[in-house]
Order: sequence, then C-alpha cells, then structure tokens
Amino acid sequence: MSLRIDCPNCGRRNLDEFVYGEIPVTPDHIAGRFERDLDRVFMHDNPAGAVVERWFHVYGCRRWTTVRRDTTNDQLLD
Amino acid sequence: MNEFIEAKVTLAWAESPKAAYDVVIIGGGGHGLATAYYLAARHGITDVLVLEKGYIGSGNSGRNTTVIRANYGIPEAVRFYQRSVELYAQLEEETDRWIMHDTKGLLWMCHTESGERAERARARINTACGSETVYVDSAEVKRLAPQVDIAGGGRYPVRGASYHPGGATARHDRVVWALAEGAVKRGVDIMQRTAVVDLLREGDRVVGVRTANGDDIAAGVVVSAVGGHASVVAKMAGLRLPIRTHPLQAFVTNHYERTFDPIVASAELLFYASQTARGEMLIGAEIDRQPSYSSRSGYHFLQSCSRRATTLLPFLRNLRILRQWTGICDMSPDYSPVMGRTGVDGFMITTGWGTWGFKAIPVGGEQMAELIATGVTPDLIEPFRLSRFAEDRVLADRGSAGTH
Repeated sequence: MSLRIDCPNCGRRNLDEFVYGEIPVTPDHIAGRFERDLDRVFMHDNPAGAVVERWFHVYGCRRWTTVRRDTTNDQLLD
Repeated sequence: MNEFIEAKVTLAWAESPKAAYDVVIIGGGGHGLATAYYLAARHGITDVLVLEKGYIGSGNSGRNTTVIRANYGIPEAVRFYQRSVELYAQLEEETDRWIMHDTKGLLWMCHTESGERAERARARINTACGSETVYVDSAEVKRLAPQVDIAGGGRYPVRGASYHPGGATARHDRVVWALAEGAVKRGVDIMQRTAVVDLLREGDRVVGVRTANGDDIAAGVVVSAVGGHASVVAKMAGLRLPIRTHPLQAFVTNHYERTFDPIVASAELLFYASQTARGEMLIGAEIDRQPSYSSRSGYHFLQSCSRRATTLLPFLRNLRILRQWTGICDMSPDYSPVMGRTGVDGFMITTGWGTWGFKAIPVGGEQMAELIATGVTPDLIEPFRLSRFAEDRVLADRGSAGTH
C-alpha cells in the first residue's frame, strides 16, 4: 500500500520519508514489575482496527507527528 | 500420473460441525492443514476439525513466493528447516499428489566484505547442522546463473555467494490441497467460510470455539494456526503476543524463456528472484514498514524492488510486470517462529511465521501434531516456545529471513 502521511510542517508526504514509531501501551491488568517490563519490550497490541501511532519525518523536517490510522485498510483517521 | 491432465479433486467438506472434537484447528492454511494431516497420518488422531474463515489456502499460503530452503544462520533454525526440506521432498510420494516440487538450488549473493563474512559463516553453520551450503566465488555464480550481472551495475559487484543446493520451490495451492485431501481422506473435518469469533473458556482454560454461525464447538485442545490475525485470536484467550502484522509484497513479470535455473537472492540489495513453472520471473523483497492488516499492494514497492532487482538482473528491464500481491505476515521480534504451548491450558499456537512460513509447512505441521499427540514438546520446536522471551532465550536470525 502506498501510504502517505500528513506531516504538520511539510504536508502530505510519501511513507518512504518516515520512520515508524509504535506507542507501546502495557495493559493495567499486567501487574508484576517483571511482567510489565517483558510486555514493554516484546509484546504488541497489534490491533486490527484503529491505532494511534507516531511517525518521524526523517527525510524531511525531522519532527515527530501523531497519526490515527485504520490498520485494516490503511486509511488515515481524523 | 499425467502431469498435465489430472482428475479434478473433490473433497468431502464438513457440512456442519459435531458438538465436540479432540482437536480444533483455527486456520485452514498450510500450517493448520499440515497439523491436521500429520495428526491423522502419523498419530491416527482423526477427531479433528479445521475451521477456515475463507477458503483453504486463501491467506498467506496462497500469497507467498514458494521458496523452500534451510540455509539459516542459527543451529536451531537450520535443523528445523532442514527437516522441512526433507519432508517437502517426500510429500509427493506420501500424498500421491503432484505439488510441482522442483529442487533448483539457491544463490545468496554478497557484495561487501562483511557480506562475504556472513555468507561464509552461513555455509559453515549449515554444514555443521546437516544442511548443505557452500561458499562459491563470482565465477561460479556466473556459471550457475548466467543472467546475473557480476559487476552489479558497477555499484554492487558480486563478490561471491553462499550456494544452497537444496533450495527448492513448490506450487503453493497444490501443497495446501494435497494436505487437505490427505486429512479429509483419513476422517478429518474441514469447514470453509467459517470464522471463529470467540474462544470458549472455563476459568483459565480454553475448552472450545464459537463460530460466526453461532455454533459452540467443544475441543480437547484448540490450536491457532492463523496467519496474519494471530494477535486477534490470541486476544480471545487473553494472551498478548510478541507479534506485529506487516504486509509483504511480491510480483511476477510476463513470461521469460525457461532458462533461469536457481533461486537468487541478495541480502544486501534486499530482493530475491526465481522463475515459476510458467516462466514468469517471481520477485520479492522486504516487508512494508507500517504494521497493517491491509493486503493492498502499492506502487512504491514495485518501484524500489524493480530498481534493485534490475541492478543484478539487467534482463528484467525488458520484461513487464504482470501482477502483484500482498500477504500479511506475523513478524516476531527475533525473526523466528513462535510455536507450542502458550501458558493457557487447552490453547496452542503456531505463529510468528512472518515471511518464512511456506518453507516450514510440513515440519511445522509434523511437530505440532507430535506435540498434540504425545503432550511432549519435540526437541526440534522446543527452542521456539513462546516463553523464550520471558527467559531471555530469543533466537535472533534476522539476516536469514531474506526480507529485511
């Protein structure tokens, strides 16, 4: 999919210019310190649906932007 | 058997499920069907139901690049995939179906000093673990694959390659159908167009599945052999997996004279190419960088992949792209599969098949079947357990995936 990302500084640019950044969220029910560390390092929510994620415009303004995207069809959400 | 005229295969699909099975397998792709097949063929366990959301082989089993090889970089993986190479070679005889298995040899080219070191190390570790791989120089590369531009367009000169004579291809849907037929013949039920919407649980234990038709089916053990949506199914069991789902694209060109013998790959330029039985050049490369469940293909992949492929295979410039497709891959953080028990009673997984699932279909099924039948995790897949992440025993082998 030729995904394009809206950069607040540079406008809509090709995906190739960006580096992906996941926002890791460890659920509250994981209690132990070790278990939380394990989850933080390795586990992913990996949902099929809406996600909030960060993209770094490395070949552009070199700033981070937050994007909402539907992972089932790669459409950007408001 | 006539290779060109074959009788149409009709399978006795299950119309409606029984109330209970010994084993319910979610996912009617290669790994799910291979597990069912080996359960029935090797262990006599036929009280098995395979549930498939679409039609069999409609997921990643029908969307891969059909490469079979064992030239990995760590002992655990070399042994595991070598077993798969051997099982693939005997699958036609075993199932009495022609899967178009073709041993072609695989050249993994390197262009830099560090690349050469990596390929020499690969040859050594493969040999030590029972898989044949040798390091060859550029003259030998030219002899094995005359189409390769050894000068690499001036910028990527080929220093040499690790040559893996056991590298092979097989027709993906024939593999799926051969396994499905072998399983159904022995009494396994396969239901197509039946999605699993939830897992039935008693306390912490998984005791069955609920389908989209509203059927509750009890199971002694539930196996998730899902490709792509592994995290979604695991979530039904309250599990979080070390998996991110990424699209992987590939394309074929129009027909070329059938003279391109081996499978060629370049880890540094990041692409691999082989010729299909129809004469199309099949080319694949790296995964898309965004995690996604979308199987739409895109132009940027065609552009970047073609540029790299034509650097080493200039004749591709004269060909046209015929079609392109995308599979959605369960990428594990260490580029090795995740198989076996999950810590949730009654629920097993075979996932993390990322971009290397097709080559592991027979061995994955055989080993999962043995685990289910005997209750003991076989030595071959013990290193791939889910708990390895908590134990700090990850099996990092990124360089052998060929897609990064």
